[in-house]
Amino acid sequence: MNMKKLGTAIAAAVVTLASPAALAAWTLDMTPGITDISQRIFGLHRLMYWWCVALGFFVFGWMIYSLVAFRKSRGAQADAKLTHNTKAEIIWTIIPILILIGMAVPATRMLIQTEDATNTEMTIRITGYQWKWGYEYVDSGVEMFSTLDRASNAARQLGSNIDPATVPNYLLNVDHPLVVPAGVKVRLLITAQDVIHAWWVPALAIKKDAIPGYINEAWFKIQTDKTGLYRGQCAELCGRDHGFMPIVIDVRSKADFESWLKTQKALQRPADPAQAG
Amino acid sequence: MAITAHADAHEHHEHKPSGLWRWLSTTNHKDIGTLYLIFACVMFFVGGAMAMVIRLELFKPGLQFVDPAFFNSMTTVHALAMIFGAVMPAWVGLANWMIPLQVGAPDMALPRMNNFSFWLLPFAFTLLLLGFFVPGGAPAGGWTLYPPLVLQGGDSLPMAIFAIHLMGASSIMGAINVIVTIMNMRAPGMTLLRMPLFVWTWLITAYLLIAVMPVLAGAVTMLLTDHFFGTSFFSASGGGDPVMFQHVFWFFGHPEVYILILPAFGIVSEVIPTFSRKPLFGYDAMVYATASIAFLSFIVWAHHMFTVGMPLSGKMFFMLTTMLIAIPTGVKVFNWCATMWRGSLSFEPPMLFALAFLFLFTIGGFSGLMLAIVPADFQYQDTYFVVAHFHYVLVPGSIFTIMAGVYYWLPKWTGHMYSMALGKLHFWLSAIFVNVLFFPQHFLGLAGMPRRIPDYATQFADWNMVSSIGGFGFGLSQLLFPIIIYKCIKGGPKAADRVWEGAHGLEWELPSPTPYHTWETAPSMDVLHRGAEHWTEDEDGH
Repeated sequence: MNMKKLGTAIAAAVVTLASPAALAAWTLDMTPGITDISQRIFGLHRLMYWWCVALGFFVFGWMIYSLVAFRKSRGAQADAKLTHNTKAEIIWTIIPILILIGMAVPATRMLIQTEDATNTEMTIRITGYQWKWGYEYVDSGVEMFSTLDRASNAARQLGSNIDPATVPNYLLNVDHPLVVPAGVKVRLLITAQDVIHAWWVPALAIKKDAIPGYINEAWFKIQTDKTGLYRGQCAELCGRDHGFMPIVIDVRSKADFESWLKTQKALQRPADPAQAG
Repeated sequence: MAITAHADAHEHHEHKPSGLWRWLSTTNHKDIGTLYLIFACVMFFVGGAMAMVIRLELFKPGLQFVDPAFFNSMTTVHALAMIFGAVMPAWVGLANWMIPLQVGAPDMALPRMNNFSFWLLPFAFTLLLLGFFVPGGAPAGGWTLYPPLVLQGGDSLPMAIFAIHLMGASSIMGAINVIVTIMNMRAPGMTLLRMPLFVWTWLITAYLLIAVMPVLAGAVTMLLTDHFFGTSFFSASGGGDPVMFQHVFWFFGHPEVYILILPAFGIVSEVIPTFSRKPLFGYDAMVYATASIAFLSFIVWAHHMFTVGMPLSGKMFFMLTTMLIAIPTGVKVFNWCATMWRGSLSFEPPMLFALAFLFLFTIGGFSGLMLAIVPADFQYQDTYFVVAHFHYVLVPGSIFTIMAGVYYWLPKWTGHMYSMALGKLHFWLSAIFVNVLFFPQHFLGLAGMPRRIPDYATQFADWNMVSSIGGFGFGLSQLLFPIIIYKCIKGGPKAADRVWEGAHGLEWELPSPTPYHTWETAPSMDVLHRGAEHWTEDEDGH
């Protein structure tokens, strides 16, 4: 193999490894998401991460320095008198308190923002079942169930001999995604019929338990340029098929959403004479 | 009467029964400590085998080996076996062995109860593990036993509940024994603030056990009556509240995680000074920090349930109290660092495991701090990020320190040195593989992988494979541990009385191996001073 060929091969390998498709699988961090709130939560997560890195740099640096500098094998003599140092002990109590206050302030401010479910423009009721999700557009009466798609369901059976890599969005695809509008403040009312589930879409930074007898509230307002499909999963152990009740949201522009809702309403009305009357 | 008393005294001082009867009837703290440790080791491998099944199924996407329901049983029973079968009995075993030796007492205060509290455990775990063979299979609702899911369990549900009752009774008796021994049987001159840190941390742990094990017993009893006797404590349709169970459970559960880690702080506070050849830095601060952590453990429980829909004020309260725990924990880490500062360090297996604890427990502390931040926790809750967090504080936290403790005191118990080379090999394999196993789980959680799922989307495949390889490596490496111990019991170079050059404490004033009965007369003031040199240095100097 001549040098030029080798160089090409290495370049090809580097390009392959560096391409987004290859890197996507080795994901290291969470998604910033598609709402102002999710992006601020991502920022808070990063802030906490960098604090931990800074503290780790200091603490691990201290440990590693000690391990290198005070080895008996290198002739280190123990200073047995060094058992107290009030000044140092006060410093390493006070400084962490200050750092914690520095963390608590943005966290509390952020928390208050996430809880502000006022002035929502539409409401969706989400009900967890073993093992599917029920969605109801409360204002228009449109209802649907959302279950794992057939291709994933066939491949996930024990001994199916279907390679999951051949199934698009394996285990993260459903028959009926939850269609939601971008740019609209949507309220979610979350409950469950049988056991506790949790409705989680990382892109929305919403994870809320669906509990029988409880109606939990959450809200989101998706940025208008973030239309598309986003995926999540049930996040509370709910029995045998807990791993097989994914969530897909289909984010559309407000106009597209309204025409979709109109069609659904028309489709569902004849089937429900009580509502028609 | 007199004759009986004479016969008793005769038996205790002259000989012990042989064979199985010795172990069934023993009231000797060393025998009972050994039983606890053997039991813990067995359960460590039982729980470990379940972890291997979990990692095998998660090696690649798709279901290859087990049904999802069985997978859920694996995660559930793995946790119960490791927490109640491996870590807690290992701590009680070390307490049995070491507390009487360290405080200069001839035995535990309540020896017959000591025997009973151990022998409950094999029955408890037989009951729990028999669940695999009854209709409906072993418990599969998670070790947290949340209703209504747990009430869907088959015939194993009442078996698991009675097993938990037995474990709880055993733990409470063990804790009473520790408290009574420490409070009443310390040698004259061994004041509270002269006790070794292992004794201190166990004293505080014992109070936590007595406070919270009855809470767990109450919670599971309510599950039992909900299932069989028509009550509706946790059933919304009957006017009950499923979330109340979570509050009650975690009021037990959070102190429980400190029950698993506080004795570890004690061991590390013994081992690091010994191998730094320097007294523990900030002894008093260590004691007060331990007590503060124990107190805080009662007011942070709802941080396990930030997504259940608590009011804003509730979330804020539990976020802030949880963050406070970082302060006493930080004090402890800084004190351990300062203990090594200007020391004379050597790296025998106990020190290596204690150092791995120091590094890796700190990483678990960092992820814990991140988890405390409620808005970010919405993204972390119930993902592999949490799995990574609690395994970092439990495996390199509790398990590595149990190993540090065993490697520290094994020559004292057996009278033989174990193979340093094998011990170091065990350490390096464990330390490397534990990170390969658990570090990628942080990434998986952040990328969006929920916990307790038997199969996953293909985007999680790579890190899961890495984690599984780490898991198999870690599991196999642990086989070295019983081999090293067995070889050490069978023979090896004679261990000195003060096994480690820098060791201080009453246990090192005794012969190696320790005789069957020790401290039948309390140690003299001289022995106390020499043995406890690390705390008198300062007092003598001034």
